[in-house]
Amino acid sequence: MCLAIPGKIVDVVKGTPTLGTVEVGGVRRKVDLGLLQDNMPAPGDWVLIHVGFAMSKISEEDALDQMRTLAMLGEAEQAMQEVRGYGLDESPPQKT
Amino acid sequence: MRFVDEFRDPEIIQKTAEEIRRLVDPARHYRFMEVCGGHTHAIYRFGLKDVLPSNIELIHGPGCPVCVLPMGRIDDGLSISKDPNVMFTAFGDMMRVPGTQGSPLEHKAGGADVRIVYSPSDALKLARSHPEKHVMFFAIGFETTAPSTALTLMRAKAEGIRNFSVFCNHVTIIPAIRAILDSPDMRLDAFIGPGHVSTVIGCRPYEWIAVNEHKPIVVSGFEPLDLLQSIVMILLQLRAGEARVENQYKRVVPWEGNKAALRAMAEVFELRPYFEWRGLGFISQSALRLRDAYAEWDAERRFAVPGVRVTDPRAAQCGEVLKGVLKPAQCKLFGHECTPEHPIGALMVSTEGSCAAYHNYEHRKELVKSIQSAA
Amino acid sequence: MAHGAGGKASRKLVEGLIVPILSGQAPPSLGDAAHVQFNGASLAITTDGFVVKPLQFPGGSIGELAVNGTMNDLAVSGARGQALVVTFVLEEGLPTPVLEAEVRAMAEAAGRAGVSIVGGDTKVVEHGKADKMYITTTGIGAPLPGITVDPASVLPGDKVIVSGPIGDHGITILLARGDLDFEADLTSDTRCVLPLVEMLAATAGPGIRWMRDPTRGGVATSLNELARDCGLSIALEEELIPTRDTVRGACELLGLDPLHIANEGQFLAVVAPEYAQTALSALHAVPGGEGARLIGEVREQPAAAVLVTTRYGGSRIIDMLVGDPLPRIC
Repeated sequence: MCLAIPGKIVDVVKGTPTLGTVEVGGVRRKVDLGLLQDNMPAPGDWVLIHVGFAMSKISEEDALDQMRTLAMLGEAEQAMQEVRGYGLDESPPQKT
Repeated sequence: MRFVDEFRDPEIIQKTAEEIRRLVDPARHYRFMEVCGGHTHAIYRFGLKDVLPSNIELIHGPGCPVCVLPMGRIDDGLSISKDPNVMFTAFGDMMRVPGTQGSPLEHKAGGADVRIVYSPSDALKLARSHPEKHVMFFAIGFETTAPSTALTLMRAKAEGIRNFSVFCNHVTIIPAIRAILDSPDMRLDAFIGPGHVSTVIGCRPYEWIAVNEHKPIVVSGFEPLDLLQSIVMILLQLRAGEARVENQYKRVVPWEGNKAALRAMAEVFELRPYFEWRGLGFISQSALRLRDAYAEWDAERRFAVPGVRVTDPRAAQCGEVLKGVLKPAQCKLFGHECTPEHPIGALMVSTEGSCAAYHNYEHRKELVKSIQSAA
Repeated sequence: MAHGAGGKASRKLVEGLIVPILSGQAPPSLGDAAHVQFNGASLAITTDGFVVKPLQFPGGSIGELAVNGTMNDLAVSGARGQALVVTFVLEEGLPTPVLEAEVRAMAEAAGRAGVSIVGGDTKVVEHGKADKMYITTTGIGAPLPGITVDPASVLPGDKVIVSGPIGDHGITILLARGDLDFEADLTSDTRCVLPLVEMLAATAGPGIRWMRDPTRGGVATSLNELARDCGLSIALEEELIPTRDTVRGACELLGLDPLHIANEGQFLAVVAPEYAQTALSALHAVPGGEGARLIGEVREQPAAAVLVTTRYGGSRIIDMLVGDPLPRIC
């Protein structure tokens, strides 16, 4: 289950319910912000949308962090191979 | 598309796939279950099985709310739609699911007022704009969707909208995972946890899986890089002999969940003592119903429903496929009597059901491979 | 009958029930138009029905669809449409200005397409039928020289070209119906593709194997029909398929696949590999053809199937549509 898509809040209309207009690649829809009442998003924030309700605020910081971790994948291993390749307990260094 | 395209970057996907190949023990056969139907759909849509090593087997779990809904419940909902004053509303996912007398779309073709809605709030809107009709919302979904139904009911009550009711089939994920782990045929190494359910319930509810069952569970997002990264995280835990709950989907899932959503659910819903899950049988404390304070908006109380139990044909092996014991192609009816055009079991009706997903995305590839290897 | 959206259900109805009765033999390859011998010359003839709701939508209306759709069916069969006849089925009580608007739209579309509307019929049915207005058209045309469209001529190695971005029409209609409460700056792509086809015929004629306009059921359905008819495999590269951001966004939100969404101003062409670049350049040179893209090729396996591959090597089979493209939340 659970088709939920990131969308950008472009405006917020306070009321009962508080609605926000979200935009996803140029498509706009009003979504109910009631589930985020403890931490109301503001225009410019990104939220996860599911069945016309905002479920969660998306953390740009965590997203960037994740991309950084993924980009580093294999680099740690490469560094290790390089170090092993120096063959410090053998004779001349071999670079891989 | 922001927060989507980055996680579909082909180069980083390839790198992550290489990392997975580096991490697997070639002598070992891994079995990971993705609980959530959305993950099943993503795995097929992005062709992720093609980039994983052959000794990682992904088992599709029971997290498909359409698949686990017994036919009798669909019959009950549709019996209400026979009343000419009733407007039957539901998500698109439900529209082709057959009851014993046909699907919602077939009922529509027969003259019933059946409409697709994208949101429960759209169903409420229809009630506001059609005072001459009674709008019934056939609610399905796990904890991801239940809070939205709850909020909608709170609004209906606050506004005094009386021509609206909900036929509630919301189910909860933890009992489903328990049923999987209790199944004697089950052998799993780890779980890929449901990302969107977890935005509501958080990550704590999975701790018993790590502590009591000693299996890693990584709560995962739905983009290719999310799923692949989750597999990396599982492999690292297995290599270190660990079993922990981890949150791969940090950018969206708060460890403590969404308190406002949980409050809304608690206000409107209570647990049913037991509920029948298609393919899994009766499970206690696994589904929601409306509290007495919302009785007036409870379709099951406002309308008389037949409440008949409908059992699946014995030949249909939906239960075993749902539990991941059998692969779709191993069910005797798969591809013959049971196809997406004439589904016998719900796993073939819902596009995220294992059987439909396998049939639509995979089946012919596998047939070709077996023809080629036999040649 | 869930047969309206094109795809498997429609095809079964047509091939399983209608064609056997009418043709008295095994179903022929069902192209977009039939080429018949008439007084020693070849004549192309096609017919189509239009039942779109709402009647008017961003970028067009039912009348315009009717003219363009018929011209396009003739064009992709390799013919230049020359005359149309039209039948209006009108719901009693339809306001006259609505009818007038559609007749004008048809006249304008016919003028743009260079075709004459030479006759027709009108019927009025009782209130509650015909959803306000249905239009059926029949068009005849002259086959374009030097071009034959035949799925049997398709060979492994042939290239697949699409004339422009996909999904615009179907998503526009879905949003215009209003039930889903979404808004977008998107219009239907309805247009007559004859100028593009003529350019293709003039520059790459001998290399054209097959063409189709992917209307209901989308690109996936049309290519599955081809795959079935020629017994080969169509392999598409996902990132080469042109889609507007808005269409992508709507499809992601609603859980739809752009490959299943209807188009009314695009066509697919399968072209011999040595003609592919010429074909593309020719299309790019025509106003409205800038969006043409090479999206895939024909292979032996998996036979009779359409395969979509990603840049990182993931692949999936995409089938014909079973019923309507339904939004999903799961």
